[in-house]
Amino acid sequence: MSNAPVTARPIEELESVVIRFVGDSGDGMQLTGTEFSKAVAKAGHGFVTHPDYPSEIRAPTGTLYGVSGYQIQYSAGQVFTSGDAPDVLVAMNPAALKTNLPDVKRGGILIVNNSAFTPGNLEKAKYESNPLTDGSLQGYRLYPIDISALTASALQDSGLGKKEVGMCKNYFSLGLMMCLYNRPVDKEIGDIEKKFAKKPQIAAANITALRAGYAYAEATEMFAVSYQMRESAVKPGKYRSISGNTATALGFVAASELSGVPLFIGSYPITPATEILQELSGLKHFNVTSFQAEDEIAGICSTIGAAYGGALGLTTTSGPGMALKTEAMGLATILEIPMVIVDVQRAGPCTGIPTKTEQSDLLQAVYGRNGECPIPVIAANSPADCFDAALEASRIAVKYMTPVILLTEGGIGQATEPWLIPDVASLPKMEVKYRTDPKDFKPYARDENLARAWVRPGTPGMEHRIGGLEKDFLTGNISSEPLNHQRMCETRAAKVAGIAKDFPPLKVEGPAQGELLMIGWGSTYGSIAKAWQEANAAGKSVAFVHLRHLNPMPADLGDIIGRYKKILVPETNLGQLSKLLRERYLRDVIQLNKVQGKPLRVTEIYDRILELC
Amino acid sequence: MMNMTAENTIQNLTKKDFESGLDVRWCPGCGDYAVLSQITKLMPKLGIPRENYAFVSGIGCSSRFPYYVNTYGLHTIHGRAPAIASGLKLSRPELSVWVVTGDGDALAIGGNHFIHAIRRNMGLKIILLNNRIYGLTKGQYSPTSELGKKTKTTPLGNIDRPFSPVALALGAGATFVARAIDGDQAMMATILERAAKHEGTAFVEVLQNCVVFNDGAFDRLTDKATRDDTRLVLEHGKPLIFGKERNKGIRLNGMDTEVVTIGENGVTAADILVHNENAAHSGLAFSLGQFEAPDFPMPFGVFRSVDKPSYQELSRQLSESARASRGRGELAKLLNSGETWTIK
Repeated sequence: MSNAPVTARPIEELESVVIRFVGDSGDGMQLTGTEFSKAVAKAGHGFVTHPDYPSEIRAPTGTLYGVSGYQIQYSAGQVFTSGDAPDVLVAMNPAALKTNLPDVKRGGILIVNNSAFTPGNLEKAKYESNPLTDGSLQGYRLYPIDISALTASALQDSGLGKKEVGMCKNYFSLGLMMCLYNRPVDKEIGDIEKKFAKKPQIAAANITALRAGYAYAEATEMFAVSYQMRESAVKPGKYRSISGNTATALGFVAASELSGVPLFIGSYPITPATEILQELSGLKHFNVTSFQAEDEIAGICSTIGAAYGGALGLTTTSGPGMALKTEAMGLATILEIPMVIVDVQRAGPCTGIPTKTEQSDLLQAVYGRNGECPIPVIAANSPADCFDAALEASRIAVKYMTPVILLTEGGIGQATEPWLIPDVASLPKMEVKYRTDPKDFKPYARDENLARAWVRPGTPGMEHRIGGLEKDFLTGNISSEPLNHQRMCETRAAKVAGIAKDFPPLKVEGPAQGELLMIGWGSTYGSIAKAWQEANAAGKSVAFVHLRHLNPMPADLGDIIGRYKKILVPETNLGQLSKLLRERYLRDVIQLNKVQGKPLRVTEIYDRILELC
Repeated sequence: MMNMTAENTIQNLTKKDFESGLDVRWCPGCGDYAVLSQITKLMPKLGIPRENYAFVSGIGCSSRFPYYVNTYGLHTIHGRAPAIASGLKLSRPELSVWVVTGDGDALAIGGNHFIHAIRRNMGLKIILLNNRIYGLTKGQYSPTSELGKKTKTTPLGNIDRPFSPVALALGAGATFVARAIDGDQAMMATILERAAKHEGTAFVEVLQNCVVFNDGAFDRLTDKATRDDTRLVLEHGKPLIFGKERNKGIRLNGMDTEVVTIGENGVTAADILVHNENAAHSGLAFSLGQFEAPDFPMPFGVFRSVDKPSYQELSRQLSESARASRGRGELAKLLNSGETWTIK
């Protein structure tokens, strides 16, 4: 903080703050948010972000459905979520204000681009009168600023056209926010120069806009105070900001490097999973082959072919793509070959709301196939956690010779948080041996884990044929013998059930027995943990446990469930984990469900806790 | 890397070594036997170690094929064999990967994978056994069934216009396209051998008689009495002449092809098109691919054979140049890439 700006205004210390940048999808709000989070990261604060954008690439300007947003919560303490309600809303037009205002904290700060509140834009946003002047925003601290006009005047000598100048206003607002929150701009200037290295004129204009925004906030006495946060007490070490999809990609590269097995990704682009394929496509200097297939089915099928050939197979998708891959997952299951299917879940059913997050593919992952078709299912609980989850999925796949489903979510895949970069030597070992000894080889003979051997084509003396038809228990030859089929179904089920023996004991936060236990999975981790923390602080007897493994479930979960009077299961679906728990443990559970394409808020969980204990 | 063992495994192998010994469960008299016999006969001659062959198939009568060949084999799901084989070939380019498919498997449920494997020029040998009927499900029409044909699902006659697999493959940009027929094993052997040696996608359609549900579909092409008039044998650099009297030929009329008789209406041998497998564009091959009885003879042989880089080779080159310019990737460096900061 040594080069923080000097201002005459009083500096207020903050514990945590939630800021949301909103505008048209062409206004550069994702960039503004990302850059702001970088500035926060460099100060060593913990943070979690949540990008929220429409499916249309550039929806018509000024419309309610074209609003794009980026929220960040950062804090001196531990950050669990991107925040329930923004303390500050930076809105670039009336539509952005209208769609986001209901979320803002009462008394919160509204920084609004006054220039965009034209009659036309007000009409598009379905405002009957101008909210900036009609008194409707009285409960907020409103700062109308002519961001467009001020940016244009700062850039009048830039030689740029009106359109290019208009595109610089996100840097003006970034400068404004950096001043208000006491962030130095030097580093950002360097970043702009790098980012626009090939367009020096644009770089210069963006820098001018950034400085102008900063200077404007500094010079005007508009803001009574500026804010500062004490240094965070986060764990020492080297950090980087990472999105869930990047962490997923890196996790699979790590699995490949640690096991010495080449990684093959066969995928078809789909929101919000595409970044994993993109990331891995750029890592060909590793032992990585990427293949953009002609469709979702070819994505998983090419992966099956590669895994049969001895690669660690990976295919990435979202809900609709999962549905298309279903039959091939059955093939991978009956072939018993190691691969991972990553489902970055989004709001469904069908195409649903592609850019909004949800946890509604759990039952599809656990059950959604024809026949008795058990597949291990695991879930990541935060962006950085995707790295560990990818390693765990790979470990299970190669140890047990099985496809594995890794569930993440749009709200994880595209969100970012700081990641304490692990030391490679500390990562789990992953030993893989292809079988090359033809003596007494039987394709479906199994080891102590019920896994069959991985034999690569090209291995002399072990030529064999396998397929999607039921096969003999040992030879793998076609068999429709009744007892053999039952034995094979039971063995495949037992193999997957047996994976639970590897799981570490579940970590229960809070009292070991008592009134209320919350059980969560996936991205709700942050909200549950924070709500639990607050409830504990309020003296409530509540515990929680978060599941990495959803199929099979951890062996100790049944015991844990038995120790509490009530079980609360918060999830962003209509009760899918609740169904699984009832079925597995014959215990009723209390559901807390939300399907709005948005994460569960801390308060939504906290309020429910108060009702229950 | 597996070539170390090549010598001792190639040595003295015969057709018998490539037979798996499983009971072949095709109907007696099925045309598939001829293809199995020709392929197992060919394999010991190619200088490829037995363990480096992989046969991939989908669903249908033809897709039982891998079970009967003593190599690595994958019998997969309906229509998806080209996609599965693509992943295998891409991750293991040293393998000789064969796809055995049928008219329903490749052209109906698997049409998308079929055209895209061909478009990419993935180094697969795709053998399509075309009997113009669904056999395994017992007699429904297929995407190659003729118009008007009566089947269990077209009791009033087929109104679904058929594909020419050859024209479809050429339209998808195939670099090797050929057609054979079960009744002419000598020609099939020649074609399969050329397909096996082609670097990119080699597509071979084999007309194959289904003795139970479409028996006799190709009789006019195999009967000694009629076949010379109904078949046009393609030979590179030779004129497109056919007929018992060797007096019929294919001539270009404007942009179109037509059948003419040499010696009639002033037509001479010099007017007849000369077959060129390596033409810059596939237009004439495409025209030949659409020939149908009764107005045209059915062409057999190699329609097109051009050298284009295969997908797996281009992929290998990309990885090689990425490693040359960036060095072999290091995990620690990758994890620490991007903007980092240190908290003390």
